[in-house]
Amino acid sequence: MKAAIVVFPGTNRERDMAIALERATGRKPALLFHRETELPAGTDLVVLPGGFSYGDYLRCGAMAAQSPVMQAVKRFAAGGGHVLGVCNGFQILCEAGLLPGALLRNAALRFLSMDCHMRVERAGTPFTAHWQQGAVFRAPMAHGDGNFFADDETLARLNGEGLVAFRYCTPAGEVTPAANRNGARDNIAGILSPNLRLCGLMPHPEDLVDPLMGGEDGLPLFTSLLDQFASA
Amino acid sequence: MQLLPADRAAQLAAEFGLKQDEYARVLAILGRAPSLTELGIFSVMWSEHCSYKSSRYWLRTLPTKAPWVIHGPGENAGVIDIGDGLAAIFKMESHNHPSFIEPYQGAATGVGGILRDVFTMGARPIANLNALRFGHPDAPRMKRVIDGVVRGIGGYGNCVGVPTVGGEVNFHSAYNGNPLVNAMTVGIAPRDRIFLSAAAGLGNPVVYVGSKTGRDGIHGATMASAEFSADSEEKRPTVQIGDPFVEKLLIEACLELMATDMIVAIQDMGAAGLTSSSVEMAGKGGVGIELVMENVPQREAGMTAYEMMLSESQERMLMILKPGREAEAEAIFRKWELDFAVIGHLTDTGRIVIRHHGVLEADIPLAPLESEAPLYQRPTAETPKQPVLDAADIDAPIGALPALEKLVGSLDLCSRRWIWDQYDSTVGGQTVQRPGGADAAVVKLEGLPRALAMTTDCTPRYCQADPEAGGAQAVAEAWRNLTAVGARPLAITDNMNFGNPEKPEIMGQFASAVRGMAAACLALDFPVVSGNVSLYNETQGRGILPTPAIGGVGVLEDAAQAVGLALRPGLDLVLVGATAGWLGQSLWLREIAGREEGAPPPVDLAAERRHGDFVRAQILSGAVAACHDCADGGLLVTVAEMAMGGATGATLAAPPAGIAPHGWWFGEDQGRYVLAVADGAALLAAAAAAGVPALALGCSGGGDLVLADGSSISVARLVAAHEATLPALMQGDAG
Repeated sequence: MKAAIVVFPGTNRERDMAIALERATGRKPALLFHRETELPAGTDLVVLPGGFSYGDYLRCGAMAAQSPVMQAVKRFAAGGGHVLGVCNGFQILCEAGLLPGALLRNAALRFLSMDCHMRVERAGTPFTAHWQQGAVFRAPMAHGDGNFFADDETLARLNGEGLVAFRYCTPAGEVTPAANRNGARDNIAGILSPNLRLCGLMPHPEDLVDPLMGGEDGLPLFTSLLDQFASA
Repeated sequence: MQLLPADRAAQLAAEFGLKQDEYARVLAILGRAPSLTELGIFSVMWSEHCSYKSSRYWLRTLPTKAPWVIHGPGENAGVIDIGDGLAAIFKMESHNHPSFIEPYQGAATGVGGILRDVFTMGARPIANLNALRFGHPDAPRMKRVIDGVVRGIGGYGNCVGVPTVGGEVNFHSAYNGNPLVNAMTVGIAPRDRIFLSAAAGLGNPVVYVGSKTGRDGIHGATMASAEFSADSEEKRPTVQIGDPFVEKLLIEACLELMATDMIVAIQDMGAAGLTSSSVEMAGKGGVGIELVMENVPQREAGMTAYEMMLSESQERMLMILKPGREAEAEAIFRKWELDFAVIGHLTDTGRIVIRHHGVLEADIPLAPLESEAPLYQRPTAETPKQPVLDAADIDAPIGALPALEKLVGSLDLCSRRWIWDQYDSTVGGQTVQRPGGADAAVVKLEGLPRALAMTTDCTPRYCQADPEAGGAQAVAEAWRNLTAVGARPLAITDNMNFGNPEKPEIMGQFASAVRGMAAACLALDFPVVSGNVSLYNETQGRGILPTPAIGGVGVLEDAAQAVGLALRPGLDLVLVGATAGWLGQSLWLREIAGREEGAPPPVDLAAERRHGDFVRAQILSGAVAACHDCADGGLLVTVAEMAMGGATGATLAAPPAGIAPHGWWFGEDQGRYVLAVADGAALLAAAAAAGVPALALGCSGGGDLVLADGSSISVARLVAAHEATLPALMQGDAG
């Protein structure tokens, strides 16, 4: 799998993402600076990692969504390419119009840094193939603006068409208000595009891929993607 | 050059905090009246904050050497060899005064400043820690201060992408008018690629990079060198505004430049901004420096040379480049969208010369600016010794378990989760032990098995009662906390927070604390490699508790060997170290008996070392499942913290004969650890063979903490008391 990680000014989880991808695939991903206008030839997966692109001084992700490299990412996505956006990357995908909805300030108006649990709502996609439907996994989250919002109509479509990838839940897998720390609508932690090739989520599976750091719960995301391209 | 009229100059000198004799020295050095810019330069360079004029005499007595020390105090941060060809670069620094005036920005820029001290030496920052002291939450403004400081530390650290992995917090009414915010950064660099600040090379360009200079923070260092009065809020314009986004770009740009061979010397612009960086770089290199102020990138129009030299605008660095490399270096900073300007060059005059639009604004000889800087050996008065309390003479108003429940929910012992949950502790993907999981944070080095352990420690109530014993205890506790995760303690950074040094009793606290620290550093092979002094921590004449905060760093050859404190079922609990039942200055005495008195527990440094070396060897042998040092609150609190950490109960043996139960459970005797092991008998035998006192404490399992008299409390109930305190105090949005 040839992966490219995009680095915007203020991106800060590109190293974490590179470590996770390399651990899963055995191959170092390319790092792509925001001023690039073309993706490396043969790119299978583009990753927009976490951080504070442009300081999050406008709406989170709004400025990064306008940067030169995003034109290339949009063309890649339109051509059926696979794109993963995590945290700030999810915000950028929403701001770029590649995924629906928006990430608002956390309901309690505070930054949240803690482990959360998520339930896999749609197994069998390029991003979730190595989980069972309904599987529960853990990942750190670290964000101030992760409160997923979409209007009723969009929400109904996401839910109805099986485009919700992950929901916040208790360790036992119950989707409860208490498990929904940032106040996201319908406990939504991550969503998919209709062609299932774009995925955005707020928590950080890339920071939980090593027993030394407390577990390997996040690894299936990356091994799923690897399989996708190994079999292609 | 426009010189100040004599009477105006004298009046301004006083306003800028120069004493009369200090100002007389300025006149003698210059041989004439100063210009405004010159007076500004002298006053900030000779401020307590920049000159360490009250503390230098004592700081010289601290041990600073060990075979693994690469650079001790005197550089931007301390540098130690950690193996694998790498160096750890670290320092702790205070931002106390600004954080009280403007909590969010004060704390945020504290984090930004200490990060720059570390990456200016070539290190990629891998961890932030902090040491915070707040007043009582019910004191005026205090919740806003707590909320703002925590948001500020998080706001800056989270954005720059350096994990905040550890720290400590105390609450005491002595900090009501003067909270302490001490921030620590640890970074990693190749040991043969360390960047220093001494300028060299006649004609070499002086380059300014980072943010533009504005009118913020002018005379911040002077503000930080004075007591607070009732009008401290009026000093808000002296507080700087942080921009962590620019800092992140600056880190990446500087590290990219440092991978080349273009840099001769580099230093961040911290306190006293362009003044201290240019004066110190040229001074250390024994060269002269000439600056052209119109070339300084400016945020607003019409700034004067005085304002630019005194501004403490954040996220700026000054460097000396090799000649002819300017364009290459500039390309890197332009790539990161940062300002880059050649603002001067080095000379052989030994003077700092400043021109603005062709007009001479300052011309000062550098050598006397440093050599003639004030140095005071201020009078000291010893803190009177407090009586040693005997547990047998103190009545226990309530039993052990009700006292425990109260203690684990008390301000100094309750869970700090409300704070940690606002700090990104996992960015970087190398955090092995997050806040609360172990006695020290453990961060792995990318791509290697090796890891660093880090901690911050001080027990101010001990220091207040006996500064020498308290100073030794602070160092010993940092050493102990590193040991308790299995790390080999290497070195410390110190952040000395005290009151007004012109009062003999305060200077006495300082001198005694340094004496205690020095003894502990020597006995534990744990030298001081960097540090910072913050004096005049007083508001309306009331001083803080003496707080020599210690930041310790240790190394683990293999991160997989680190242990945490969480208890698992089915283990034997063993107490290592001797217990006399020392209740003087204990939290039990304060929180349960309502008394703040007595001599604090002494540290037997030889025993400390023996016990710690034994515990570390046991951890590295793989025999230990969990380890926690006995600190605030004593033995029962230690066991309760392990139980809460692992949601696992324990059954404990009765106190030994001849010791009062409350002394046994809550005494704060030093040099002790609780170990959870599969084979308690083997550990006891090993301890006996090593001549280390140890005894069987009980075993883990179930969901309750059970004492030998049959009384018990559920771990869930302890957790509820432990977790409720801070959220209840801080509920709602105080910001």
